[in-house]
Amino acid sequence: MSPEQQIELDLVRQFPVLQAKVRIQRARRIFVDVPSERFQEVFDYLVKKAGFTILCTITGLDLGDRLSALYHLARESGIVLTASVAVPKEAPIIQTVTSTFPAADAYEREMKDLLGMQVQGLPPGNRYPLPDGWPEGQYPLRKDWRPPDQKERPADTKESMNA
Amino acid sequence: MPKSRRVQIPVGPQHPALKEPESFLLTLEGEVIRDAGVRLGYNHRGIEKAAEGRSYIQDIYLIERVCGICSHSHSTCFIQAVEEIAGLEVPKRALYIRTLIAELERVHSHLLWLGVAGHEVGFDTLLMYTWRDREVVMDLLAALTGNRVNYGLNTIGGVRRDISPEQKTQILKAVDVLEERTRYYIGVATEEATLIQRLSGVGRLSKEDVLRLGAVGPTGRASGVKRDTRKDDPYGVYAEVEFNVVTSDQCDVYGRTLVRVGELMESYKIIRQLVKAMPEGPITVKAPRKIPTGEALSRYEAPRGEDVHYVRGNGTERPERVKVRAPTLANVQAVGHMLKDGYLADMPIVVAAIDPCFSCTDRMISVTDGRSRPGVMTWEQARTHGIEWHRQRGLDFTDLNRRFASGGVH
Repeated sequence: MSPEQQIELDLVRQFPVLQAKVRIQRARRIFVDVPSERFQEVFDYLVKKAGFTILCTITGLDLGDRLSALYHLARESGIVLTASVAVPKEAPIIQTVTSTFPAADAYEREMKDLLGMQVQGLPPGNRYPLPDGWPEGQYPLRKDWRPPDQKERPADTKESMNA
Repeated sequence: MPKSRRVQIPVGPQHPALKEPESFLLTLEGEVIRDAGVRLGYNHRGIEKAAEGRSYIQDIYLIERVCGICSHSHSTCFIQAVEEIAGLEVPKRALYIRTLIAELERVHSHLLWLGVAGHEVGFDTLLMYTWRDREVVMDLLAALTGNRVNYGLNTIGGVRRDISPEQKTQILKAVDVLEERTRYYIGVATEEATLIQRLSGVGRLSKEDVLRLGAVGPTGRASGVKRDTRKDDPYGVYAEVEFNVVTSDQCDVYGRTLVRVGELMESYKIIRQLVKAMPEGPITVKAPRKIPTGEALSRYEAPRGEDVHYVRGNGTERPERVKVRAPTLANVQAVGHMLKDGYLADMPIVVAAIDPCFSCTDRMISVTDGRSRPGVMTWEQARTHGIEWHRQRGLDFTDLNRRFASGGVH
C-alpha cells in the first residue's frame, strides 16, 4: 500500500464522514473535501497526528453560491494534502489557523481582502494586499466582480476581461 | 531621556535599500529594534484575476512576469499544474531543458543576491565582481532562450526552444568560468574576517522559529532546516540528478550567505549532469487549447524558496482560478522576527538576506540629456560606454576582461 493510500485509510477510519471524499490525484497529491462542521477537527488531526506540519498556502475560491478555502498541507516527505472547506457566500465564516501556523496570517488576510471571506479569530493587523482606502464590499477575486471604471479602460483590456 | 523610552519610526513604503515597495513600522529603544510590523501589497497587480480572463497560453507569459528574477520558476510552476490537469506526458528532453534553465536561473539569482548583500554591508567590490560574473550566466540565458529574463521558454506540453550540441559546449564552458569564480567567493565568505564579523549574529532566526513561522528556501536552510522541494517533492528531472541540499547551523545572515554560495556549486554540478544526460527526442507534445475540469497543486524550489501554484480548470481555454504563493510571502513573517532585538543599522541587510524579489529586466537604457531630447542605447553600447568612461578616468580592465573571456581569471 502506498503512503497516500495509507493516509486515506487512516483518515476515513478516523472520520467516517470523509468516505468517498478523499481523492489521490497522483503520487504525493491528495485532495479531501471536508464538511464545514467537522473541518476544525479534521484539520487538527492532520496537523497534530498525521504529520502534515507544513502549510504551503491557502487558496480561496469563489464557487458561485459558496466560497471555499483550500488548505495545502505538506509533510516533510513531500506529500501534499489539500483539505478544502466550503461555506455559504452570504455568511462566509471560517476560523483562523494562525495559532497553529502564524504564517497563515497573510494568506487569510488575502482571502479576506480579495474574496470577502470572514476569518474569525484573526488578530488585528494591517490589511493585505489591498490599499487602506479600498471601498467596502468590493471583493476583486469574486467571479461577478468587475473594476468599477471598466468602461474607461482601453479596448483590448476590456475585451479580454469580458470575453 | 529615560532608557526605556520607545520610539516608533516608519520605514518605507520605499525599501531602505532595495528597489521594491514594502513598509515597516519599527519600534525602537535607542538603536535597538524592539518590534517590527510589516505592511505589504504595494506591488499587487491583480495577476490572479487577470489570469482568469486570459487563455492558458497568454497566462504563461503573464505568470512569467510575476517576478523579474525567478520568472522561469513561476512559469514552470504554473505550467506543471496545467499539464497535470490536462494529463500531458511532457517529453524527457523538454523536462531536461526546463530543469537546466531553472538551475541557470538559480545561478544568476544567487550571484545577484551575493552582490546585493555585499552592497548592503558596504562591500561594493563584491557587488562589482559578482555582477560582472553574473553577466556570464545572463549572456548564456540570452543565447539559449533569446532573453536575459522572462525567457518565454515554456509552453504547455514542453519547451519552445531546443538546445544544440554547440550550445551544450557553450554551457559547459560558462559553467567552468562560473565555478572558478564561485570558488573565489567561497574563499571570500569563509576567510574575509570583515565580512564574517559583519554578517555573523545579524538577523538571527532559530530552527524552531523557521518551523513555526514557515520560512522557506535558503532562509530556512541557513537555520538548519533541510527542506528543498527539488529533493522532497521532485519535479522536472531532479529525481535523476545527484546533488546535496546545502544547510548551515549559523541561523543568521552569514549562514544565508554560506548556503547560497554552497548552492551555486550544487547548481553547477546539476547543470553538468543535465547537459551530459540530456536524451534525444521531441521537445513538446501537442496540448489541447481547452483544459479539462480539474485542479492541481504545483510546487517548485525557486531561488528564494518554495513557490506554490494552484490551478483549477473548468473545461474552457481559460483557467477558473490561478493562485500564486511566492516564496517571499512565506518569509515575511520571519523578517519581522529577525529584526527584533537587532540594531536599526542592520535592517537593510536583514531584509535583503531573505532575498526579496524585484525586477531586473533592463536591457536598454533610455537617456535624457536635460534638454528633453531622449536617446536610446542598446545594451552593448551602454556596456562600451561604461568601459570607456572608466578608462578615461584611469581604470582599465582590458587585460582582465581578456583573461576573463578566456576563462583564465585567478
